Amino acid sequence: MGAWTDMAFILVVVLDLFLLASSRLGAAIRAVALQGALLSLLALLLTGSGHSVGHMLVVAGGAFFIKAVLIPWLMFRAIREMAIRREMEPLVGYVPSMILGGVGVVLSFAFSRGLPLPTNEMHPFLVPTALATVWTGLLLVVSRRKAVTQVLGFLVLENGVFVFGLLLTDFMPVMVEAGVLLDLLAAVFVMGIVMFQINREFASLDTDALSSLKD
Amino acid sequence: MTGALALAAVVLATSSGLLGLALRDRPDLGQRLSAGALCLAAVLGIAAAVPVLAGSPASVIQLSWNQPHASLAFRLDALSALFLLPILCVPALGAVFGIGYWPQEEHGSHAVNLQLWYGVVTGSMALVVLADNALLFLFAWEVMALCGFFLVRAEPDRRDAQKASWVYLAAAHVGTFAIFAFFASVGSARGSFDFSAWGGLGSGGAAASWLALLALLGFGLKAGLVPLHFWLPGAHAAAPSHVSAVMSGVLLKTGIYGLFRTAGFFEAPPASWGAVLMVLGGVSGVLGVALALAQHDLKRLLAYHSVENIGIITMGLGIAMLGRSRGEPGLVLLGFAGSALHVVNHALFKSLLFLGAGSVQHATGTRDVERLGGLSRAMPWTAGLFLVGAAAISGLPPLNGFVSEWFVALGAVSALELAPLDRASFAVLVAPVLALVGALAAACFVKVQGSVFLGNPRTKDAARAEESPGVMLVPMAALAGACVIVGLAPALLIAPLARGAAAWSGMDPARLAGAAGAASGTATWVSGVAFVLVGTVAGLWLLRRRLGAGTAAETWSCGYAYPTARMAYTGSSFAQILNQGFRWVLLPRVRFTPPKGPFPTGARFSTEPREAVLDLALLPAVRDYISATSRVRGLIAGRLHLQALLVLATLVALLAWRLLWW
Repeated sequence: MGAWTDMAFILVVVLDLFLLASSRLGAAIRAVALQGALLSLLALLLTGSGHSVGHMLVVAGGAFFIKAVLIPWLMFRAIREMAIRREMEPLVGYVPSMILGGVGVVLSFAFSRGLPLPTNEMHPFLVPTALATVWTGLLLVVSRRKAVTQVLGFLVLENGVFVFGLLLTDFMPVMVEAGVLLDLLAAVFVMGIVMFQINREFASLDTDALSSLKD
Repeated sequence: MTGALALAAVVLATSSGLLGLALRDRPDLGQRLSAGALCLAAVLGIAAAVPVLAGSPASVIQLSWNQPHASLAFRLDALSALFLLPILCVPALGAVFGIGYWPQEEHGSHAVNLQLWYGVVTGSMALVVLADNALLFLFAWEVMALCGFFLVRAEPDRRDAQKASWVYLAAAHVGTFAIFAFFASVGSARGSFDFSAWGGLGSGGAAASWLALLALLGFGLKAGLVPLHFWLPGAHAAAPSHVSAVMSGVLLKTGIYGLFRTAGFFEAPPASWGAVLMVLGGVSGVLGVALALAQHDLKRLLAYHSVENIGIITMGLGIAMLGRSRGEPGLVLLGFAGSALHVVNHALFKSLLFLGAGSVQHATGTRDVERLGGLSRAMPWTAGLFLVGAAAISGLPPLNGFVSEWFVALGAVSALELAPLDRASFAVLVAPVLALVGALAAACFVKVQGSVFLGNPRTKDAARAEESPGVMLVPMAALAGACVIVGLAPALLIAPLARGAAAWSGMDPARLAGAAGAASGTATWVSGVAFVLVGTVAGLWLLRRRLGAGTAAETWSCGYAYPTARMAYTGSSFAQILNQGFRWVLLPRVRFTPPKGPFPTGARFSTEPREAVLDLALLPAVRDYISATSRVRGLIAGRLHLQALLVLATLVALLAWRLLWW
């Protein structure tokens, strides 16, 4: 059991690095879907005694459905409908991104000891994984040009927050978690709509084109 | 029981405006019913507050609330009851006044909105003084602040109301922020957000002083202490008069209530806190009245007088704090009694004056003192009632303003009875400051009364004035009557005030009782002198009637054949000498075109007082800040990656700070 949990955490971090290095959009979406699936698995694996199993099942099931099935499907649909070029178009190259990501992983492992946490840590990899994933998500948002890839970055960021939330499942009422998941879905919807509009207006999804809108 | 009554009053007042919303087709009926509901709430409030002031124990109601750290805890003790009385009564009288002054038929949806917010602000103010839980208090406080914003914007098309409302909103939020920080630090240190668990806060050390400063900033902003008064004149002048009466007469007092409550939490506050309050109060008192003297706008002038009176109240509070730090029951009692009674008194006479100003504006359409004149012939009742308010605010016997200022002055003088060479004896300096403030206030109201009501009308508007309807005069008469009653019978008020002082300071009531006995002795003297004064005036009046009035003749006009109103002293020229002395604080904008040549034409001279803190310090600072930040914003605006990068950098910086430096 412990080995599986370790493995799941490590895979989440490896997927972070993969996302930073990946040049293909489709692969990146699949990687995010896989990461979402891993997270729902983690939620189940971390269910110890003292947790209500029903609660965890709801969280894991909801996360799996939204993160691993619904959102990837929406994004593939968006790519198809809007005929987006299946390349990431980075502002920061793949190798520098990966180096930055690696530095982030190292630092988050180094720093996670010092963080004051409300609970006894459930798993030694939990906090570093969360930090590394949030870092990766933000890096993706900052360094990728296309609107779709920014949605991807946002999803990864949200995955990191979800990992952190696993630490707090004892404290978080189901309503809050449901709210977070719903929030995510709504955000993706809104971004989808905005992307569609940008596409129609500028005939491209390059966010640099948005600069011409500034006041 | 009394607590339940008070809560019923809160609910009734809060929902009073809904009647107007439901009865949109019958606006006059809706407004009358709303005013009736507010009056009923006031009656309930009196029924709740009077028994508590008369000695029945504090009433506590505890309900659970589905919010973290919050509970629906209400507490009606003597201090709350003292504030509850004006908070419920003044808005009720204002609402009755509003029937004539601001009829819903004429103002349409604006008036319906106004009535709605008017009710909610009344209810939330009452809730503020009843709340016994920090979060409930903050909730009521924020509702109150937001209602104030909408009340100032009652006529949203007017530019001055717009500007004033935004300044007000910004000030209110800075204040709430400070209070929030204060409550959060105390609450997390105490592990509970119920006020009942907050007694006996330590007051030594720098941390306690910072906490007290936060509270002073938050509540001082609401109360309008100099230099935090900058939002006040604009907001109070822009609102309709019965709203100004509520804002100036009552809303400010919630800040004072906050200061009282907070001061009560601390165990044995150091003497320096009392000194800070006395200095701030003295500065507010003198500068408030100096600024008032220079105003041409009647309502702005009254608003600056609120700053002055808040100063007097704060000086009293400072004396009471000094008494607590030295363990002197006399100082505590006199300071508290003067301060708390002045809260009630100021609510009475300031709302009376604002209603009077509203009556003048209703009749003439202007609030400019220089464009009025001679109104006492057309509006004798308004003039007479305004005169009562003016005498009361100037602290003249036999009216209520004198009584409370007398208590504060007595407290200041009894600071001399402290141990010899005690540095706290300097509190005696409050007495001359009070005298100065009172004299300047009297000068200011001579200017107002003289240039608005006496002489000849200066403009056509003033000449056309007619007396206001009875529905506007009755509330003013009620307020004036209350002023006279408090002024004639201060000894009756000593016992309730002593109860308030005991509830506030946690001092042994028996020790306070001795001081209260001494104070009631002087109060009886005050009553006696007041009765003699009233008797003398009445006797002289009767004598004059019996002898028959002399023949009416034209005023001597220095030998001019055809005197006109243009030759009469204006309010500005009357106040000129005093304004000259306060030039350093007024910083007036002077426009002067001197006469030229042997046959001069078109010479002009005008002064316009400026609000120094707002116009010369805050607004330029905000403008500079906006231009500086907009330059930075121009760099990143519209660039999504850079904005996300900013978020990232902030996050990393925060993490690094948390991990490396802490």
